[in-house]
Amino acid sequence: MSGDPILDEWYPVALVSQLGPLGRDTRLLGQPIRVYWGTDHQPQVSDANGRALPVTCRYGHVWTCPGTPSRPLFDIPEADQPGRRLVDVGVVRVKCSPLRAVENFLDIAHFPFVHTDILGAEPHTEVGRYDVQIRDEVDEVWATKVQFYQPQAAKSAAGGITTEYMYRVPAPTVAVLYKTCPPRPGEWDVITLFVQPLEQDLCEVWPWMALFDDTTSLTDLIHFQQTIFVQDRSILENQLPRLLPLDPGMEIPTRADMTSIAYRRWLKRRGYSFGAQLVAA
Amino acid sequence: MILYDYILSPDCYKIRLLAALTGQRLTLQAVDYHPGGEHRSAAFRMLNPAGTIPVLQDGALILTESAAILTYVAAMSGPDWLGEDSPQMRGQVAQWLAFAHRLSASIGKARSHDMLQQPADINACRRAGVACLQELESALTEQRLMGFGYLAGARPTLADIACFPHAMLAPDGGISTDPYPAIRLWTRSLRALPGFIEMPGIHRLHELKPEPIGTAGQD
Repeated sequence: MSGDPILDEWYPVALVSQLGPLGRDTRLLGQPIRVYWGTDHQPQVSDANGRALPVTCRYGHVWTCPGTPSRPLFDIPEADQPGRRLVDVGVVRVKCSPLRAVENFLDIAHFPFVHTDILGAEPHTEVGRYDVQIRDEVDEVWATKVQFYQPQAAKSAAGGITTEYMYRVPAPTVAVLYKTCPPRPGEWDVITLFVQPLEQDLCEVWPWMALFDDTTSLTDLIHFQQTIFVQDRSILENQLPRLLPLDPGMEIPTRADMTSIAYRRWLKRRGYSFGAQLVAA
Repeated sequence: MILYDYILSPDCYKIRLLAALTGQRLTLQAVDYHPGGEHRSAAFRMLNPAGTIPVLQDGALILTESAAILTYVAAMSGPDWLGEDSPQMRGQVAQWLAFAHRLSASIGKARSHDMLQQPADINACRRAGVACLQELESALTEQRLMGFGYLAGARPTLADIACFPHAMLAPDGGISTDPYPAIRLWTRSLRALPGFIEMPGIHRLHELKPEPIGTAGQD
């Protein structure tokens, strides 16, 4: 291990399906990297010195680790479940801390105001009590029993429903959301946010989904998720302070922010400071 | 009427917005512009050799320029949006429809660079974008001094619809709109129009709720 908690994580750096013959020059944690097809027709990643970095291809994306991976890439067993449609949503660049992008994804309270008439609507603004844990055995943040009224919870939802959610943070720049699946009660739709930290205040966000939906066209599924994410983008680019404060300070969290509090505490405990501010805001 | 559409495209949004404001029904055909690049496919180029969106198809008619599509939709279902039938008005509306191309080529390009990583000379795009916003601000300020709230007169026309989306979305491409109070007032008026619809990055105006009524202890 390099022993650096930031370098030893896995990060998404490309969509396998969109990696062209010329490869992709991009950045990771403030350093240039290159993603390209190797002679064995597998994606490769190298750093500025030409050093080959570890690579894993999973969930439609190329993942790399600039240090020595402290553990294998997190598992999303639903990705292998027959009947699910796997949707590569594509990248959106956002001028914000990668941790802010994750934190926003974990927040429900903004739905009626930012995703009006899709993921929320006034006057249904109350976030009910839900459970949050840092699960030590897997070293992940989990929020469960989250319920929220949604006018159009998914492309496959015909009308307003009370949706149940679970949130999971399996890596510092990854959030996984499990939500009620309208056409398949008993199963969860999986929607993820994979965040590539370019700089402390600049990131590329790769949403990805594993859904039960046999009727909506792939393009409509992509556009639904892009709509949601780009509605967030202008908000994210205006959040202050730009880096995510890990210590309580002038911000006063409410009960609805429990997931965010656990996420910040978990980041701090791991010593994950890229995109974070350690002095109280 | 079929609109080949991309939800994040300001030029497609203009058409959806005008259709919503005039009550024109559109059948939306989503094009996988990003990440799929469907607009570059051979099948799409059969429809529009230029490989651009939006494209409007109405029977045998195919239009591929947003100014032309706006004009057609207005003529079909909301002729008031063309402005009154005078040479001055026709000239002014056409002027702003053409100006909107400069907005697409500057602010629009900066936005797709910053958001979707499309290639651009970002500094040149931002400089040209700021120059466009300054022109828009001056024009709107002069209109306001003459008692008009919109680009071509007292009521909104295609001129406003054509320029509105890029003016609103400029911050997406790293161009601040803070210095332009006349643009801000104008975009607020457009967002307040009955039938207005939003797009990602252009939020609706949230109605101000009435002040809470005094509770016990406050008479």
